[in-house]
Amino acid sequence: MATVADSLGSLTSAPRTSLWQESFRRFTKHRLAMVGAVVLFTMVVAVVAGPFIYRVPIDEIDFKSKLQSPSWTHPFGTDDLGQDVLARMLYGGRISLAVGIASMLIAISIGVLIGAIAGHLGGVVDNVLMRITDLFISLPGLPLLLLIMYLFRDTLKKLFGPEAGVFLLIVAVIGGLRWMVVARLVRAQFLSLREKEFVEAARSLGARPLREVWRHILPNAMGPVIVAATIDVAAAIIAESSLSFLGLGFPPDIPSWGRILYDAKDNLEFAPHWALIPGTAIFLTVLSISYIGDGLRDALDPRKVLGGK
Amino acid sequence: MSKYVIRRVVIAVPALLGISLALFTVLALAPGDPFEELVTNPNVPPEVTARLREQLGLDDPVLVRYVRWLGAMLRGEWGFSFASRMDVDRLILQRLPTTLWVLGAAQFLGILVALPIGTLSAMRPYSVFDQVATTLAFIGFSLPTFFTGLLFILVFSISLDWLPFIYQADIDATGWRWYWGHLRQAIMPIAVLGLFQGAALTRFVRSAVLDVIRLDYVNTARAKGLSEQITIVKHVVRNALIPVVTLVALQIPAIFTGAVITEQIFRVPGIGSLLIASILANDTPVVMAITFVLTALVLISSLAADIVYAVLDPRISYN
Repeated sequence: MATVADSLGSLTSAPRTSLWQESFRRFTKHRLAMVGAVVLFTMVVAVVAGPFIYRVPIDEIDFKSKLQSPSWTHPFGTDDLGQDVLARMLYGGRISLAVGIASMLIAISIGVLIGAIAGHLGGVVDNVLMRITDLFISLPGLPLLLLIMYLFRDTLKKLFGPEAGVFLLIVAVIGGLRWMVVARLVRAQFLSLREKEFVEAARSLGARPLREVWRHILPNAMGPVIVAATIDVAAAIIAESSLSFLGLGFPPDIPSWGRILYDAKDNLEFAPHWALIPGTAIFLTVLSISYIGDGLRDALDPRKVLGGK
Repeated sequence: MSKYVIRRVVIAVPALLGISLALFTVLALAPGDPFEELVTNPNVPPEVTARLREQLGLDDPVLVRYVRWLGAMLRGEWGFSFASRMDVDRLILQRLPTTLWVLGAAQFLGILVALPIGTLSAMRPYSVFDQVATTLAFIGFSLPTFFTGLLFILVFSISLDWLPFIYQADIDATGWRWYWGHLRQAIMPIAVLGLFQGAALTRFVRSAVLDVIRLDYVNTARAKGLSEQITIVKHVVRNALIPVVTLVALQIPAIFTGAVITEQIFRVPGIGSLLIASILANDTPVVMAITFVLTALVLISSLAADIVYAVLDPRISYN
């Protein structure tokens, strides 16, 4: 009982309390997760701050120096138009990471909303929502993604301009096809949490349904959601790269990492560095995020928190 | 058992309907009108366009159009491909066997890798072998197929010149050379997909075996003098596989995603590469039909997985 009170206190009052500190301590003990966090942090700093320091334009065409291997003037070499790959990588990293985070936010919002409604209301609503969730789970992701891109790309480009239009479409579709796991997780958490004594106590003290959900159930259901959110960022980055790699994502003037790889794949023989650099960047990002997710899973597992004290 | 199978098949029907409805909604919401060209063409009077629209039923209520569309899809009347100049159903039937063979072989390879490695890992958790295997699985799982494919081409085709990186549908040879030619060009696509699947499956198998191996009945089996091998193979793995089957079923949509990408990289003439080519050529009937076929394949495979699940686990009853 003391632990339940602890966790309630920590979630409602002061920002730094023992539960989150305990989780953080647990996370720092997961060596590979820490390595992942450092690698990811470095990448984020590089793509956010990089373009301010490394001021080479991403679209300066110079045929005299095309397909060059890495050198002092071009640390990551050049592509078939003589454009600097490092500058394009730094810019593209912003796009790729932004797509990852934005899609994750969409997926998590839809998932939490649907899971919470289904788990809280139960009955027919729950049944219908879970059927819809099952339906979405059995949809083949990439083919559907391709179909939607194909059908809606031109309209959105006209509406929001090429850059914003493609970005919005990609983010909306990736997010819209990835919320199911979160919805199921949240629903399962709601079903077990709403029967717990502390929620019952809140209810009998007169908490309205919205407050009950928002203050008492949702915060306690967040652990697995945070883990799922982490994994979703990686999945969205891969989804966007796949789309761009197939030539159906971002246009060439918006060089996301997948797009750079797509442009590079036909010059593998003459300029392997051009493909290896974005590929490695995607791989390292996804690997770091996966390890961070793994570390968070251990750190946020409530059974371990209770048992570890 | 048969009752369960029938019930499960009946459940699949509303799922198929739901998915077809989703596809149709996407199609109906999509901007663009097949008659745009006729409308803007000054030589075609508006009456003619209107009559054509009426004949084709384009102005009918949405529900009528959906039913008609679904009927055509189910009967295999998928229209005519303008880019390939042939009926869509024939085109897809031509391409489908290649996809199924590469996918099936890759899945088989994945299981072949994952089962022993996952089991051995779980038998000695946190040993050196386990740590190496888990790390490799993590890496394999995080390497996107499009990058592994390029790496394979770089190493095995360009540097070592061992394997061809372009897939040919007809190989100009007979007898065993023909088989060898087919196998050789399929090695890289199958390996890329199979290792990716294998990495994901290894983690599933490991955790499933770990869950079972500590149970009392396993100790009982050892205590009554069964050899370690028989204990593991007959008692542990058999039970551990049950949850793995469900996880394999959940992976199926991901397999098809991987297939589209691998086919595109290695230019395998399957339906995945056909999908991309049709999208680039604006060949809507083909795009629609392939999405439909892939969806149906996903449904059928998850149905099959559920039935296998029931066969494996007699405790499952459907209610």
